[in-house]
Amino acid sequence: MKIAVTVKQVPDSWAEKKFISGRVDRESVDAVLNDLDEYAIEEALRICEANGGTVDDGGPNTITLISMGPTRAQEAVRKGLSMGATNAILITDPALAGADAMATSEVLAKAISDGGYDFVISGVESTDARMSVIPAMISARLGYAQLTFANKVEVDVAARKIAINRITDAGQVEMEANFPAVISVVEKINEPRYPAFKGIMAAKKKEISTIALTAQSGTEVIDATAKPARAAGVKIEDDGSAAEKLVNFLAERKLI
Amino acid sequence: MSKVLVVADNEKVTAELVNAAGEATVVESKSAKTIAEYATSNGFSAVFVAATMDGKELAGRIAIALDSGIITDAIAVDSNFVTTQSIFGGSYTVKAKVSKGIPVITLRPNSVEPAATVPAAIKLEGDDNSMVTIKSVKPKVKGARPELTEAKIVVSGGRGIDGDWSNVEKFADSLGAAIGASRAAVDAGWCSHEMQVGQTGKTVSPDLYVACGISGAIQHKAGMQTSKNIVVINKDPEAPLFEIADFGIVGDLASVLSKASELINARK
Repeated sequence: MKIAVTVKQVPDSWAEKKFISGRVDRESVDAVLNDLDEYAIEEALRICEANGGTVDDGGPNTITLISMGPTRAQEAVRKGLSMGATNAILITDPALAGADAMATSEVLAKAISDGGYDFVISGVESTDARMSVIPAMISARLGYAQLTFANKVEVDVAARKIAINRITDAGQVEMEANFPAVISVVEKINEPRYPAFKGIMAAKKKEISTIALTAQSGTEVIDATAKPARAAGVKIEDDGSAAEKLVNFLAERKLI
Repeated sequence: MSKVLVVADNEKVTAELVNAAGEATVVESKSAKTIAEYATSNGFSAVFVAATMDGKELAGRIAIALDSGIITDAIAVDSNFVTTQSIFGGSYTVKAKVSKGIPVITLRPNSVEPAATVPAAIKLEGDDNSMVTIKSVKPKVKGARPELTEAKIVVSGGRGIDGDWSNVEKFADSLGAAIGASRAAVDAGWCSHEMQVGQTGKTVSPDLYVACGISGAIQHKAGMQTSKNIVVINKDPEAPLFEIADFGIVGDLASVLSKASELINARK
């Protein structure tokens, strides 16, 4: 099996994020591998382990991480490699700075289609943009089956079939499709492993090939304004009257 | 505002989309290609879709079919289709517009008032994902409580509830509220991940958010700090969430919630 996993470097959740000239400032903050991508990498590893292992363990399967980002995104990609992915492709081009969902899905789809993977696994969203549309857009661009928001994935390698359980606000759907497909996995589908020392050392030697691709965005930011921080209001210690004071507060604000 | 094509979602969210659109035609379809063709051949100026999990994916596919730009999670749209988004957990307000093709915009539920009247939806056939075989469908069972992302009031529990939801539920029901949870409560196995509010869970922006026993990690704040009113109840006076509370109570959850529920019920 050849599996592709899409990954993204994002500003650390704890970092104070800001805009410079209509774009997210990615230079001055700590950057990490998107949390939710770890579930996608872990799921790919588990699928491989259930089917003879990856080439790292002498098995027949490969996992290629595909990312779009600046050169610095290699750090995040390297973490995915240390978890056990085989190699990585970083799509990088100065013209992609500030790329939106149209441009991002276009270059990712191009790299995926060039690689001829059996299927793609993604996290459900990036913790910075939080759009949750890239897997569906890649699937639409490539005409691959869309198997998204999965909390369970079963791959039948011999039959080249994937079955998932989709879970969204609308309910649950059991669905299946033949290769090739785009799968997205929800948080909590598995428990992502911590990279072991051996994995971290091995990752240093793994290949991250860089390709230059570019695409036009279909949106533009007109203005980005930081909101003033919320100020604290009343804070009381409960002396037995807090419930009554709370109800009065709710009534004053016409909330009850 | 010029003619807008609204893609139907649930009744309340569809009514909100219609109100945001002004002059709207409503269609119901699972096929992005069919919706895109309908929008193009009938000269629509924009396509509005609900920013639900299913809605955003459909919108993404519509954008591909139209070769248009897409903006998700708008909280307002003006007559030139300039959108307002609240991002990075509400710490930034961003105005943006689609610069290519017919704008595809998803609107976050609960951002605008629902329209009083909604035109009947035109059903459009088609399926773009025909290579997928559906084995079973279990629609979400509508509970007695409102949906988390659509509720006017949300009461959430965190580590401080210690696995006991009874007082949170009692208080939520006195207010007709939805129930949410912090990541700590989800990780402890006290509730399902669907209830998680925060960076990797749901983003909510209700009129009132009541945080019970939630210390207020930045990831949790990111999912609720745009709420119009915030009440925090925690026995730890140092809990960081007090910094953004309009009304904070340092005290025992069980006693405050239980008494407050009774007082609210007595007013009805």
